[in-house]
Amino acid sequence: MSMHLPALQVIIPLLLAAVIFLFNNARIAYIVSVAASWLCLAIAIQLLLLVNDGSVIEYAFGGWEPPWGIAYNVDQLNAFVLVIVSGIAAIMFPFSWRSIQAEIPASLHVLFYTALLLCLAGLLGMTITGDAFNFFVLLEISSLATYTLISLGKDRRSLSAAFQYLIMGTIGGTFILLGVGLLYTLTGTLNMADLAERIGPLQASRTLQAAFAFLVVGIGLKLAMFPLHLWLPGAYATAPSVVSAFLAATATKVAVYALLRFMFGVFGADFAYGEMHVELMLVSLALVSVLFASLIALLQRGVKRMLAYSSLAQIGYMLLGIGLANVSGLTATLLHLFNHALMKGVLFLALAMVFYRTGGSSMRHMSGLGRQMPWTMAAFVVGGLSLIGVPLTVGFISKWYLILASIERGWWPVTAVILVASLIAVMYIWRVVEVAYFKERPADLPTVSEAPLSLLLPTWTLVAANIYFGINASVTTGIAQNVAQTLLGGVQ
Amino acid sequence: MLAATAIAVIRQHSLFAIVMLFGIYSLLSASIFVVLDAVDVAFTEAAVGAGISTMLMLGTLVITGHHERTPKHGPVLPLVVVMLTGAVLVWGTLDMPPFGAADNPVHQHVAPRYIEDSPQEVGIPNMVTSVLASYRAYDTMGEVIVVFAALVGVLALIGIREQKSPRPVSTTDDKPPRPVLQVMAKLLIPYIMIFALYVQFHGEYGPGGGFQAGVIFASAIILYVLTFGLDDAYALVAPSVLRPLAALGVLLYGGTGVVTMLMGGTFLNYSVLADDPVQGQLYGIIAIEFGVGLTVATVMMLIFYAFISRGEKAA
Repeated sequence: MSMHLPALQVIIPLLLAAVIFLFNNARIAYIVSVAASWLCLAIAIQLLLLVNDGSVIEYAFGGWEPPWGIAYNVDQLNAFVLVIVSGIAAIMFPFSWRSIQAEIPASLHVLFYTALLLCLAGLLGMTITGDAFNFFVLLEISSLATYTLISLGKDRRSLSAAFQYLIMGTIGGTFILLGVGLLYTLTGTLNMADLAERIGPLQASRTLQAAFAFLVVGIGLKLAMFPLHLWLPGAYATAPSVVSAFLAATATKVAVYALLRFMFGVFGADFAYGEMHVELMLVSLALVSVLFASLIALLQRGVKRMLAYSSLAQIGYMLLGIGLANVSGLTATLLHLFNHALMKGVLFLALAMVFYRTGGSSMRHMSGLGRQMPWTMAAFVVGGLSLIGVPLTVGFISKWYLILASIERGWWPVTAVILVASLIAVMYIWRVVEVAYFKERPADLPTVSEAPLSLLLPTWTLVAANIYFGINASVTTGIAQNVAQTLLGGVQ
Repeated sequence: MLAATAIAVIRQHSLFAIVMLFGIYSLLSASIFVVLDAVDVAFTEAAVGAGISTMLMLGTLVITGHHERTPKHGPVLPLVVVMLTGAVLVWGTLDMPPFGAADNPVHQHVAPRYIEDSPQEVGIPNMVTSVLASYRAYDTMGEVIVVFAALVGVLALIGIREQKSPRPVSTTDDKPPRPVLQVMAKLLIPYIMIFALYVQFHGEYGPGGGFQAGVIFASAIILYVLTFGLDDAYALVAPSVLRPLAALGVLLYGGTGVVTMLMGGTFLNYSVLADDPVQGQLYGIIAIEFGVGLTVATVMMLIFYAFISRGEKAA
C-alpha cells in the first residue's frame, strides 16, 4: 500500500466527507473525522520520512505519466507542510466535538464535519499536488468548504464576513486561474516540474511576467498579504472558535507554501528575484503589515480579532523571510510556518475554551479568569510567550533566524522593525494577561469552572509541542535549512 | 454583443433584468465557443450558464426582492482595480503566441498525444471526454466535489424546509391554475429527460457527458416544480431521497478509483478494470460519468429546492 500513500493522503478525507454526509449522523461524522485526521497525520509523517533523504516521490493518477496525466510530487518541502496541516487537524478535530456543541446547532453538525473534512482534503491536496490546474481545483474545494465553515459562526456578522471572503477568495481564485491559463498558453503543459523546465528559455516573455503577477496577486489574496488582507480579521473573528483555530493554523500556511512552490518550483529563483524583483515588493509590504497589523491588534477589544490581526503580522514575518532572499531568511519562513501553526493553534484553542465556558471572548469575558480557569489561561500565556518570541518557545527559533537573515543582508531597519513589532506583541499579550490575572471578575458575570479534559488535552498537547520544539529545534531547523538550500539552488 | 451585454448589466438597476442579461451573456459566450470549435465547452456553458444558473438566480430573487440597494462606497477603487487588471492582461497577451497557429506550444507538447493516441489508448472517439474522464480524471473528480461542497454550503446556510407550507389556505386558491403550462410541461419533461440520458451515455461519442446531462435532467425537475408547485414536486422526488444520492455520486466516482487501486493500478487507472485495458477504460469512464451525472443532477435539484422552499416561506 505504501506506493499509494500520496493519493491516500488526500483521498481519505475527500471520500470520507461524502461518506459521513451519507450516514447523516453527527456522532459517526465526528468519529470518522477524527480517525481520518489521525490517518492523514500518520501518512504525512510516513511520507516525510520517505523523502527526508532529498528524494522525490511521484504518483501518477490514472496511470498516465505526467505531463499527460496529473501527478502528485512529494518532496521535503511539501511533506513538511503536510505534516503541519494534518498534525494540526489531528489535534483540533478531537477538540471540535465539545466546542461546537456550544456554538453550532445540532442539526448542522454533520454538515460541519463534511465541510471540515473537505477543507482538510483541499488544503492537503493543494500542498501535495504537482499539477498547476489540479492545485486550482483543490483550492476551490478548500475555499468553498472554508466559506461554509466561517458562515456557521454564532455571531451574525459571520455571514457577511463569509460573504466578503467569498468575493475576495473568488477573485483570488480567478487570478490564479488566469495565471495558470497564461502559463499553459506559453508552454502547453500544466505539470509543475514540466513547466519549470519549459519556462527556462522564456525569461523575457511579457506573458510570463503577467502570469507571475496574476499568480502572486491571487495567492496573495489567499494568504492575506497586505493590502489584500481585509477579509481575514472578520473571518477569523466571527467563525466558530475551532474553525478560527484550524484556519489560522493551516490555511494561510498552505497559501505561503503555494507562493513558495510557484516562485521557486515553477518560475525559479532566478526569475522571481533576478527579473521580477519580487523581494522589493515582499519586503516593503511585509514591513508595513508587520508594523500596522501589530498596532491595530493593540487597539482591539475582542481577543479573537486581536489574534487575527496578530496573524496578519505573523504572515508579514513569513513574507519577510522570502523577501530577504537568503538561506537564513527562507529557513525562518519555513520554520515560522510550523511554529506559527503551533502558537496560534494554542492561543485560539485557549480562546475556544474561554468561549465554551463563558459564552464570549472579549476582554471583559476574560477578566479574572486566571484563577477560575487556571489551565486554560496558562496555555494562553505559553502561546503568548511563544508569539512574542521568548527563548525556550518555538517563537524564539523562527524570530532568531529572521533576525539573523536581516543582519546577514545588512538591512538594519528590518531588524529594528522585527524587534519593535515583538515589543508591540508583548503589549497586546500583556493586556489579556493583565485582565485575566490581575482583575477581579465583574460581578454580573457568572463564575465559571475549568474547561473539560476533552478540551484541555488537545490544547496542552500543542502547548507541549510549543515548548518541545522550542528547546529541541534540531529536527525542524534541519528540514527547513535543507529545503531552503534546495529552493534557492544556485542563487548566491 | 458580448461587451454590449456586459455594459448593459452594469447600467441596469433592476436585478430581474440583470439576471436575464446574464442569461443572454452566457448564450453569447456559448456561441463564441462553438465558433472556436469547442463544442463541449459551449454545451456546458449553454446548459449551466444560460440554463441552470439563471434559474438559481431567479430563485434567489424570490427571496431577496428585485431591486438593488444603493452601494455604500464609490466606484473609483473598483474601477482602478479593474482597469489595472485589464491593462496587465492586455500587456501580457501582446507577447502571447499567435492565436490558432499550428506551431504554438499548446499544440506541440501535450495535446498531440491526446489527439493521436487517445482513440487507441482510451478507446473512445470524443477526445474531450478522454481528457476529462481519463487523462485528467482526478481533476474532474475534484470538480464534482466542488459541486458537492456547494451543496454542503447551501444546506448549511439556508437548508431545505421539508414540511409542506404551513399556510392553511390551499395553494390553488391564491395562485391561478395553469392548465396550459401544466400540459405543456407534461409534454416536454419526458423529452428533456430522454435527452439528458442521451447526453449522459453518448458523451463518449459526441459532445456531452455527466455534467451537462445532470444539469439537463435537473432542469426537467425544476420545470415540474415551477409548473406544479413545491408540494407536488416533493411527492415526486423528496429531498430526503436526493440527499444520499448526491453523496453516492461522489462515492461512485471515488469508489471507482479505490477499486482500481485495489486491483493494482494507481487511483483512477481504469485499464486494470478488465483484461483488455481499452475495455477497462470504457467501463471506468461509464462508471464515473454516471457518478458525475448523479451528483450534478441531485445537487442542482436540492439547491433549487432550498431556494424555492425559502422563497415560499418569505411570500
